[in-house]
Amino acid sequence: MSDHHGHDHDSEQGSPLSEIDLRVRALESLLVEKGLVDPAALDVLIDVYETKVGPRNGARVVARAWVDPAYRARLLRDATTAIAELGYMGRQGEEMVVIENTPTVHNMVVCTLCSCYPWPVLGLPPVWYKSAPYRSRAVLDPRGVLREFGLDLPEDVEVRVWDSTSEMRYLVLPERPDGTEGMREEELAALVTRDSMIGVAKLEAPAGEARR
Amino acid sequence: MNGVHDMGGMHGMGPIAPEENEPVFHHEWERRAFAITMAAGFLGEWNIDMSRHVRERMPPAEYLAASYYERWLWGLERLLVERGLLTPQEIESGRVRRRSGAPRVLRAADVGKVLLKGGPARLPDEVPPRFKAGERVAARNIHPTGHTRLPRYARGKHGVIDRDHGVFIFADASAMGQGPKPQHLYSVRFAARELWGREASARDAIYLDLWDDHLDPA
Repeated sequence: MSDHHGHDHDSEQGSPLSEIDLRVRALESLLVEKGLVDPAALDVLIDVYETKVGPRNGARVVARAWVDPAYRARLLRDATTAIAELGYMGRQGEEMVVIENTPTVHNMVVCTLCSCYPWPVLGLPPVWYKSAPYRSRAVLDPRGVLREFGLDLPEDVEVRVWDSTSEMRYLVLPERPDGTEGMREEELAALVTRDSMIGVAKLEAPAGEARR
Repeated sequence: MNGVHDMGGMHGMGPIAPEENEPVFHHEWERRAFAITMAAGFLGEWNIDMSRHVRERMPPAEYLAASYYERWLWGLERLLVERGLLTPQEIESGRVRRRSGAPRVLRAADVGKVLLKGGPARLPDEVPPRFKAGERVAARNIHPTGHTRLPRYARGKHGVIDRDHGVFIFADASAMGQGPKPQHLYSVRFAARELWGREASARDAIYLDLWDDHLDPA
């Protein structure tokens, strides 16, 4: 897998890290010295996105929708308000739309122009989501992309790709796996993966109850 | 602009490479580049559409070779210089030549509050919609040299209005310093075959968010 030059992750590892490290430190020092940024604010920003915001938030939204039909209806009608009920809102999630996967419709989300992603419910996007291979092919060959993620959809399932070209942010409501009927909301939330909420994966029945 | 950032439909970019248990940041400099870019955005010297557009102005070969946060850093340096907050000499030397006061600096105590508030792009303006759900539309065949949210792969193609999101800041104008130009934003459904031809699945569809100024009746 060393043949894809220009891919973010590879080029990142190939970069002279000390050089860029110095460049960023120098810029930060300049900004602080000029009074343009408060160094304490930088630490808070990093902490929020490294430890407080992430796909566990979205998983709580999904699990609630699975156990509470009235919440699910609100979520599909007005996602921004329904998600705010759980305390998730704001930066890069100001306007939310939730799209529901069913046995006949599979939704997936991309941002071909850059990296738009619903931060309050999923956190910052993974490198692959921001990288050229996914951005270029998700709209042209979504079924091929899904196969690359290990998901081979039957021809009679409709694939809908949502290209995030505005400030609307999309979250996929994945199908609830079989074998989860007796599970509590918190147990269900633990099953929900980031990739299922981007729409590049389906959720498996929990181990022990899996039916192959 | 018809830049290399507008990637939808391109070939040759290689396999998708998901990383198991990927960390939020891979290096300390990514943490710092993320945070200084976010914090500098609150100075109010540029809007979010301008910060998106500046990264598109990175020369194509550099853009493709750069990692995500290298693009952020490149864009931040340009915006700081273009707004007169730093000089190229200061960035080069790392030494402050002259002080510049900033009226709006993001303080640590305010971070939580401003993140929850976000930067709403929805506007209260009463602008009549040009289209309604179910109507057929054509995406304009336009090639602006500035910022646009109409990707090349949809230009000139026919679709159907799926839903009207309401009135929003028009990012194409806002990124170029032309004001919010309030107008309706729609989700438009394009059949995969309309975009990619007969080899695409007859069932599949691509949904794009497009504004009134991107669309004509069809």
